[in-house]
Amino acid sequence: MLVVSAIGVLWVKHLFGAAMFSGIFSFLSALLFVMLDAVDVAFTEAAVGAGVSTILVLATIILTKRRAKEWKASENLRPLALVILTGGILIYGSLDMPEFGSSTAPAQTHVGLTYLESTPKQIGIPNVVTAVLASYRGFDTLGETAVVFTAGVGVLVLLGGFIGTRRRKDQG
Amino acid sequence: MKHHLVLKVVTKIMVGFIILFALYVQFHGDYSPGGGFQAGVIFAAGFILYGLVMGLENVQRVLPPWIAHKLMALGVVIYTLVGIYSFFVGFNFLDYGALTPSHPEHGQHYGILLVELGVGITVAGVVISVYYAFASRSIKSQDEEW
Repeated sequence: MLVVSAIGVLWVKHLFGAAMFSGIFSFLSALLFVMLDAVDVAFTEAAVGAGVSTILVLATIILTKRRAKEWKASENLRPLALVILTGGILIYGSLDMPEFGSSTAPAQTHVGLTYLESTPKQIGIPNVVTAVLASYRGFDTLGETAVVFTAGVGVLVLLGGFIGTRRRKDQG
Repeated sequence: MKHHLVLKVVTKIMVGFIILFALYVQFHGDYSPGGGFQAGVIFAAGFILYGLVMGLENVQRVLPPWIAHKLMALGVVIYTLVGIYSFFVGFNFLDYGALTPSHPEHGQHYGILLVELGVGITVAGVVISVYYAFASRSIKSQDEEW
């Protein structure tokens, strides 16, 4: 179903439909994350990917055109070859990865184990993801927050979001 | 959107619950999935839904753009202040044990709560501001155009 909705994004000429398909794609991948037990990531995907970014895409469509540009199939051969090549390399690389759920995988044997063992003792909260995110990796999260802030300011500057939004002191 | 009565009624009921859920995700992040980032996005989604259905002017009466802009910075400031505070009490930067030196574990709770609050405020501010910036540019569109 993920593949079907991804093809749908490309196939539909009407951009509104394409935006809806990408929303569906996000929801399906959120389901995939739930199945992989990554509930926090699924949460984020459902809220950001399916919710907010669909709205932003729709807002962009309102500002620009409603339909995709017509294109010839021959123009897309080179990008297609590039995509197939990259995908092939990625799949080749994944052949070396340990089996899904294997107990000897590096993710299960190194720092992950330490965090799982020491979180109840040192932090005392049940959600290990939050403990790692906010406490063990607090510095990273501070950086991330700063990045979100900077990105927001950048978008606002580009879109002119600051224009005319100051409190008007002189005009009352 | 003058004639979408059902949408308006449903939105009025839903927005309260969405914001309540955002606060739950925010302050219950230690115990259940979620945290500041998700809570911020859900909080913003409540306002965006309200803005989509009721119109930009109405949502900006509730939360003017200049407040949304200040929120963006406020979150980062809260986060950094927690870190700087632990400096002055003699701990490492962002070592939450500093908040209650007698019982480091409690300090971790408070620290995570405060820091997640900072993240949530920044994310909510950014998402709402970006939505405002997009929505205030768009030409009034008619439903028939779609």
